[in-house]
Amino acid sequence: MSSTGIGAPVRRKEDARFLTGRGTYTDDINRPGQVHAFILRSPHAHAEIKGIDTAKAKAAPGVLTVYTGADMQVGGLPCGWLIHSKDGSPMAEPPHPVLAQGKVRHIGDPVAVVIAETRAEAKDAAELIAVDYNTLAAVVAAEDALKPGAPQLHEQAKGNLCYDWHLGDKAAVDAAFAKAAHVARIDIVNNRLVPNAMEPRAAIGEYDRATGEHTLYTTSQNPHVIRLLMGAFVLQLPEHKLRVVAPDVGGGFGSKIYHYAEEAIVTWASARVNRPIKWTAERGESFASDAQGRDHVTHAELALDKNGKFLALRVATIANLGGYLSTFSTAIPTYLYGTLLAGTYTTPAVYVEVKSAFTNTVPVDAYRGAGRPEACYVIERIVDTAAREMKIDPAELRRRNFIPKDAYPYQTPVALTYDSGDYFTTLDMALKAADYAGFEQRRQEAARRGKLRGIGIATYIEACGIAPSAVAGALGARAGLYETAELRVHPTGSVTVFTGTHSHGQGHETTFAQLVSERLGVPIEMVDVVHGDTNKIPFGMGTYGSRSLPVGGSALFKAIDKVVNKGKKIAAHLLETDEADIEFKDGKYSIAGTDKNVAFGQVAFAAYVPHNYPIEELEPGLDETSFYDPKNFTYPAGCHIAEIEIDRDTGIVSVERFTAADDFGRIVNPLIVEGQVHGGLAQGIGQALLENAVYDEDGQLVTGSFMDYCMPRADDLPAFDVATHTTLCTHNPLGVKGCGEAGAIGAPAAVMNAVVNALAPLGVTDMEMPATAERVWRAIAEKTMPRAAE
Amino acid sequence: MATVTLTVNGKSVTATVEPRTLLVQLLREHLGLTGTHVGCDTSQCGACVVHVDGVSAKSCTMLAVQAEGAKVTTIEGLATGDKLHPMQEAFRENHGLQCGFCTPGMVMSAVDFAQRHKNPTEQQIREWLEGNICRCTGYHNIVKAIKAGTEAMGRTA
Amino acid sequence: MYNFDYQRAQTVADAAKALSGKEEAKLLAGGMTLIPTLKQRLAKPSDLIDLGRIAELKGIKREGNAVVIGAMTRHVEVATSDVVKSAIPALAHLAEGIGDPQVRNRGTIGGSIANNDPAADYPSAVLALNATVITNKRKIAADDFFKGMFETALAPDEIVTAVSFPQAEKAGYSKFPNPASRYAVVGVFVARTGGQVRVAVTGAGPVVFRQKDMEAALAKSWSPDAVAAIKQSANGLNADIHASAEYRAHLVTVMAKRAVTAAG
Repeated sequence: MSSTGIGAPVRRKEDARFLTGRGTYTDDINRPGQVHAFILRSPHAHAEIKGIDTAKAKAAPGVLTVYTGADMQVGGLPCGWLIHSKDGSPMAEPPHPVLAQGKVRHIGDPVAVVIAETRAEAKDAAELIAVDYNTLAAVVAAEDALKPGAPQLHEQAKGNLCYDWHLGDKAAVDAAFAKAAHVARIDIVNNRLVPNAMEPRAAIGEYDRATGEHTLYTTSQNPHVIRLLMGAFVLQLPEHKLRVVAPDVGGGFGSKIYHYAEEAIVTWASARVNRPIKWTAERGESFASDAQGRDHVTHAELALDKNGKFLALRVATIANLGGYLSTFSTAIPTYLYGTLLAGTYTTPAVYVEVKSAFTNTVPVDAYRGAGRPEACYVIERIVDTAAREMKIDPAELRRRNFIPKDAYPYQTPVALTYDSGDYFTTLDMALKAADYAGFEQRRQEAARRGKLRGIGIATYIEACGIAPSAVAGALGARAGLYETAELRVHPTGSVTVFTGTHSHGQGHETTFAQLVSERLGVPIEMVDVVHGDTNKIPFGMGTYGSRSLPVGGSALFKAIDKVVNKGKKIAAHLLETDEADIEFKDGKYSIAGTDKNVAFGQVAFAAYVPHNYPIEELEPGLDETSFYDPKNFTYPAGCHIAEIEIDRDTGIVSVERFTAADDFGRIVNPLIVEGQVHGGLAQGIGQALLENAVYDEDGQLVTGSFMDYCMPRADDLPAFDVATHTTLCTHNPLGVKGCGEAGAIGAPAAVMNAVVNALAPLGVTDMEMPATAERVWRAIAEKTMPRAAE
Repeated sequence: MATVTLTVNGKSVTATVEPRTLLVQLLREHLGLTGTHVGCDTSQCGACVVHVDGVSAKSCTMLAVQAEGAKVTTIEGLATGDKLHPMQEAFRENHGLQCGFCTPGMVMSAVDFAQRHKNPTEQQIREWLEGNICRCTGYHNIVKAIKAGTEAMGRTA
Repeated sequence: MYNFDYQRAQTVADAAKALSGKEEAKLLAGGMTLIPTLKQRLAKPSDLIDLGRIAELKGIKREGNAVVIGAMTRHVEVATSDVVKSAIPALAHLAEGIGDPQVRNRGTIGGSIANNDPAADYPSAVLALNATVITNKRKIAADDFFKGMFETALAPDEIVTAVSFPQAEKAGYSKFPNPASRYAVVGVFVARTGGQVRVAVTGAGPVVFRQKDMEAALAKSWSPDAVAAIKQSANGLNADIHASAEYRAHLVTVMAKRAVTAAG
């Protein structure tokens, strides 16, 4: 392994700019003549708009103009995944207007936009817009939305139902339950989360009258997707006249995948006012307009035989989609959830039903993990419930049901084929690192201090790098799921990589450069990675679902192959030998078995200065592009163990230890991988203990700022003990599986299993996320002081 | 409008601003120092932390006019030429940043911490970070970086 | 933020003059609550009068048996003051736990008590230590100062100049912070000064209040056990998504116990 190649903990190339304040985030960009947009948003969760008077606002100081939905008659924001219900009917797909068309359906729904010379003037003027609302009853819980008589959001969605979907063999599951020795049952809520990337969303629209080209700078994880969706569906702008730039982006976690109204508004309006227009969200707007995550209510049942072998799993979930369909919202509670319900186990039969509902809440879409944390949470909570009820050690029960090491490729009953894995080893690693055997002693020691200590295990599997395109298409995806890489070798041997993935914290500029450095033997300083600009990168699907390295890295590997192979032909010519005799290693092309060689840089130079070159057979230049469409998902998996203490007096839960043992396939940069795991764990622990998006019955978001929405802080979290074990992905050239979401998938179940474990001696068998101090205190009080909690 | 004169990263600057202009707006919009970020509107995230007269302050919770006569240091003023400040170097070495958005405030806050603590414990560092939210790192490597950076600053002091 | 006129006062007299006759004017101390409030457009003052340059409002000094803290003294200065740490360590401890380091670097004691946020820490210390609030016009006893939610005895043109804390024989503070905002969900300050016991509770109700049952119990026996059995009524307490009134009531007892333990 070289010090900058695959497997090396290379310090990040991008850090120099971020550490010195030279990063360029969207709001850092200022275009000549730029003006500012302020979006007037609905204060009501559900209302008809009877009229909007913008006259005063238009006359306010500094105001260029004001637009409402009546002015902006464009296409609606599209949904990228068509789901069919059980009965074969397509999902309800109501329009999602950019600016409200006569009705608002969640707080924060955009109603009008003020364009003014300064942001403050735009905001001042927005207060002068008079909107005549006729408020309607709101519904915020998905279960309530599906009840008869619930307020109706969309004409096109009868009973607020988007779809009633299912997956699996119901008859087989019913038959298995009929012969079960034990059935474990749980009712769980997967709490709604607000992604809260630290950089609020922002967008700048600009129009060049000379060329007719529109440019959108935006906080996006996938600028090509935005170009396609906004260009083709919303504004009807052809791709060659629309450039989308996603510069440095301050975190995404899913929330910056989607095409948002503000992007279309600034792009559309900038051509009308002929000035660049900037919009930057305040954090309060982020809470009211960034797609949120999770929000499931689930009943699950697990059938086991007398030895604890899983016979079948039955799951019924109601998912909340919010007021409109966000870009990929429909796929999350279905194909990214139901398909994961086999988990790491051999459960032979699984049946899942999912009803998704519209509610008067901010739209819900993928948030770190997206469907997979929800699936993991169902499985791992019910496995622990079964273990407790059957008095089997939770680690042992898992081991009895793991997919055997020699069973791959393994076909699950819910459509996926796992290519590789070893859940026994990651479980054992985690148990050992967490000193599972010594827990009882720690529990007793804690009890002497008056604390309740608990330990919880979760094993997880995720499906990353959604693919192949043909399969996804058959399941309703309206996009391809390949990735693109261009490898441009410059005449003197330095390299620029153009990737269709996007880095917003993941460190692609380093990791992708490591791949090139390893394969081409080029010093890492000589490799730059460019992403986030549709005018520079051939195409791309962006970054989500832990796909960048498995899919984008594989595309790059294929492009490297092409460069290496073309180089062989050039080297053979330069060395006056047959191409078959050439081997490429450590940056040198040599004639096998001899010391005759030519350096990669010389080959590159010959390609661009083709004085001595096989020009008859080969074009000059060394610039190759690959489109890589994966054959399958990748399947990272692992085991997380949380150890917590509960302060009996207050109910405060503190995470004392957290251990993760993960299988991400080949590791390219262990430093970055560990960082990804840490971040995921913090979000997972946050979901379990701290974070919760709460709406009141009128649809007001009670947790609409950091004053009430509890973001994990440093002192809420422990130091993490993380390790990896590798089984290679069998179907991509790198053998990588993806690591971005793992932490957020395993951690919630591990923490909640630990909380229940700590409370079990008191007779508590369930706890809802987030396990806030008051909830835990009440659970304790109900068992120990029956009257106190009344 | 009000006129404010202050020293920013060692240079004297004068600007004419509305009284309601926040210090962070002065830095970002008037002086082009976009390294200082705004991540919230309730004074909690700390992406905007700078030093005002040597101690850390949230530049989103201070009017520009309040900084009259003050010495302000931003993330852009921390390194010496191309040489990173020991705290910046510690963040780089320990992978204490991912998306980089909270980083300037985190580093400026950490430098203030290091000025007040010689041999800090992990717990002291975690408690100090009450006013700095990071969504990417889970804080693990930030805590490591601040420990290393504090020790490095102690060595060069 | 709405626009306003800004004035920088050099003396208390200056500030008082600027304030007089301007009903919509507001004083700017550390700004840790006021500026976020303005940013949210929840207040629309005509003028902001900045007290930040008034030297006479700053500093901590010992006056006989009392510690006198100037209104514009920052929380960090109280937290690290040798005078405070030796005379009333619980007060330094309280200051050390306010907000976050950057809030402590800017926020002031005068600003905190004049604002009288129901979840602020300082009001509990002022009330429990039976401090005297000194203004440009008069001296106000703690019991008379805190009137209601964000309401004090201060007249519109009155400016807090200092707070005088009598040295306590024993004092302790314990709080349960809001996990999101880190303000006090419940904070209890216990003190015994000149044989008199006072217990002040912040965060739990609309305004800081004395827990007289606990005071009586502690007067009899200064020990955590003395307050352990005393239940705070949930009637009239605050309730939000972080803590119901019942839970807050429960926390009053827990925090009181811990405050007594901390006081020693």
